[in-house]
Amino acid sequence: MSGDFLFQAVIYLLAAVVCVPIAKRFGLSSVLGYLLAGIIIGPYLLGFIGEEGEDILHFAEFGVVMMLFLIGLEIEPKAFWKMRKTIVGMGGSQVALTVLLCFGVLILLGYNWQSSVSIAMALALSSTAIVLQTLKEKNLMDTVYGASSFSILLFQDIIVIPMLAIVPLLGTAQETAAGGHDAGHVSLLDNLPIGLQTVLVLLSVVFVVLAGRYLPVLRVVARTRLRELFSACALLIVIAIAYLMELVGLSPALGAFLGGVVLATSEFKHELESNLEPFKGLLLGLFFIAVGASINFAMIIDSPVRITLLVIGVIALKAVVLFIVASIFKIKIDQKLLIAVGLAQVGEFAFVLLSFTNQLGIISSDQLDLFLVITAISMTLAPLLSIFNERLILPRIGTKESEEKPMDTIEKKHKVILVGFGHFGSTTGRFLRANGVEPTILDHDSSRVDLLRKLGFEVYYGDATREDLLESAGASEADILISAIDDPDAVLEMVQVLQHKFPNLKLMVRAKSRVDAYQLLNAGVTHIYRESLDTSVRVAEEALHFLGHRKYTIHRQAQNFKKYDEESLRRLADKVLNSEEYIFKVREEIAQQEALLKEDLKRGSIEEEDTSWDSASMRARISGDSGKVKE
Amino acid sequence: MKKILILFAHPRYEQSRTNRALIEGIRNMEGVTIHDLYENYPEFNIDILTEKDLLTQHDVMIWHHPFYWYSCPPLMKQWIDIVLEFGWAYGPDGNALVGKTALNVMTAGGSRAVYCAEGRNHYTIREFLRPFEQTARLCGMEYLPPYAVMGTHGLTRDDLNAHVDQYQELIRSLQGADMEVPEGDACQFLNDLPILQNTKTE
Repeated sequence: MSGDFLFQAVIYLLAAVVCVPIAKRFGLSSVLGYLLAGIIIGPYLLGFIGEEGEDILHFAEFGVVMMLFLIGLEIEPKAFWKMRKTIVGMGGSQVALTVLLCFGVLILLGYNWQSSVSIAMALALSSTAIVLQTLKEKNLMDTVYGASSFSILLFQDIIVIPMLAIVPLLGTAQETAAGGHDAGHVSLLDNLPIGLQTVLVLLSVVFVVLAGRYLPVLRVVARTRLRELFSACALLIVIAIAYLMELVGLSPALGAFLGGVVLATSEFKHELESNLEPFKGLLLGLFFIAVGASINFAMIIDSPVRITLLVIGVIALKAVVLFIVASIFKIKIDQKLLIAVGLAQVGEFAFVLLSFTNQLGIISSDQLDLFLVITAISMTLAPLLSIFNERLILPRIGTKESEEKPMDTIEKKHKVILVGFGHFGSTTGRFLRANGVEPTILDHDSSRVDLLRKLGFEVYYGDATREDLLESAGASEADILISAIDDPDAVLEMVQVLQHKFPNLKLMVRAKSRVDAYQLLNAGVTHIYRESLDTSVRVAEEALHFLGHRKYTIHRQAQNFKKYDEESLRRLADKVLNSEEYIFKVREEIAQQEALLKEDLKRGSIEEEDTSWDSASMRARISGDSGKVKE
Repeated sequence: MKKILILFAHPRYEQSRTNRALIEGIRNMEGVTIHDLYENYPEFNIDILTEKDLLTQHDVMIWHHPFYWYSCPPLMKQWIDIVLEFGWAYGPDGNALVGKTALNVMTAGGSRAVYCAEGRNHYTIREFLRPFEQTARLCGMEYLPPYAVMGTHGLTRDDLNAHVDQYQELIRSLQGADMEVPEGDACQFLNDLPILQNTKTE
């Protein structure tokens, strides 16, 4: 390992670590931070990286493959099917219209038709990274705006694959350049007859689908309970799919997307997400840095007016097309504006597509630089434009909030995460479901997860003490997290993570015993449910009934007893904290019982205190008293 | 300013239109405590000490409820049974509530016309509310005529809004020192008070 490599790594990471938080600080997306980092360390400012940026760009493109896999994971085949109309309709018309208009304008500007087509295709795509990130941050995924944006982006993410396939066909004129590129991607099938090729391609796709559905690799790996092995396995899946696709001459991104969709219904979905997310994030980060470093500033300085006009033109054209498409789909005016402004930027796929076209020799390096600059600037402007739109334009037009809340105030969309689906959690989950609340369920026992899924439950596999897994299960958007885990230590560990990372999440925690409850109370949890309290009191209640007590009287006493016990629990928790025996649970348990029994003794029999409907004491009082008498 | 305690009982609050509008209309008024019984005591285990404290701290107690089978919902009856204790609210030394004011605020599906000797329900609202009236009297409280929203099924949005305004105005009047209510049959409902009529015409 050379010092040079380490130096480079330090430069890249340092630039990212410095720039991204600054961008976040100003409310801009992290993409901008990375781009900025790239610009700063790039050849035009500090000059730390030069030509090798190109190679890094190539390597980091794998981040896009991973992103597509993760996007695929987000889309269950069923949901995908339901959205097909908006995806194909809105996405299709947006891409088609934009490509057409851009093509016309480019031809008018004097570009040849090949470069016009490829540039127009690149410009039609919007930035999935920027838009989805913003939508998630602002919790807008469920709105019309969010759903439509997602549909359009999804269509673009899919259409980019055929686009990448079309581009080399345009390049046939420049045989030498295209051939040179293809040499790097020699397909094993090149020498086979065309029929056999097709069969092999189809077989490989079928293989991916079947393997995703029926190969128990993930389950076997999960049983080992080795976290890093699962990460390795997740990486292996994506890389293997990409490699297989490349081998048969298909787009790796398409394969990864397909693999993702196949695994979207798997119980390992969240676990896969949380394992791949950091890799994807880093690779995309690296990708954006490389992009930033490749922006040709000399060009901006040379022709500032031309570039400004082009940027404005592209954004305006895209916005107008989006507005028209949204109008066709009868979307309200304010949502329409959000869509039009939100998706008007040129996206990261343009980098891939344009660089690829350049490698094929379809567009010149100057043209490449020009449109890379435009893409980067439009991405930089995107968040700023959205802020402008939301603060200044939207308040003046569009729908105000609805006049009157509908009768049903219980919101269906309340998100609940249920951790642990054993005998306790399953009952909790069933009752929630019975009332129309579908919790996201996490469980760490893969055999149980498997069984429950066969019964039709939506259960995910994972270790809930991990922050990233909680994150991908939606802990930052959820309202409530219910912990039904058996292991008290795991509960405490999870509680600490949750309180630290998701302070707004309401925690409802099952406690095994009184001492566990003390620990949770002292950890700052307020909603604690001791699993034995209700049942044990109910047994005593029934026993007293068998001994001849009236049920309602005893039931009221039981209610009071539980209330009293909850109060004493909270009262005694402090003492426990200061006690040296805190760690010795068994001894503590006995000491606690002693204290409780003594308190009960002092309090006396509870039935004596019950004065409601007590005609006996009333009679006694009246016969000895000459006061007012109730008739 | 007199302090007002709304003892509110509705077993299906989320489904109620009229009561929800009324309660939401006064929710943020100063000096008004809304005590939602069904929300606080879903298992009917009313905390007597808490309730006594609440009563002690307020000057006016409003039993706010829908009219079910010519009376209040069961949890409110439970509340009356348990909280208004012998020896505290009535009986020997039972003078904790003496001098306070009590009244019913209620909603009913039937119109005022069906609640009379000739009507389908045969008795007037005032007659049905006698148990409340006498309960208040036994506790040494002044009992005011009820404020009633009648014919709730046929209420238009505007009618409802007018009632919400009236309820607010009623609360404000109760908070003031000198609210004049005519004695006896002259005022069957607080709805008929001249001060409330002003708001209705708006």
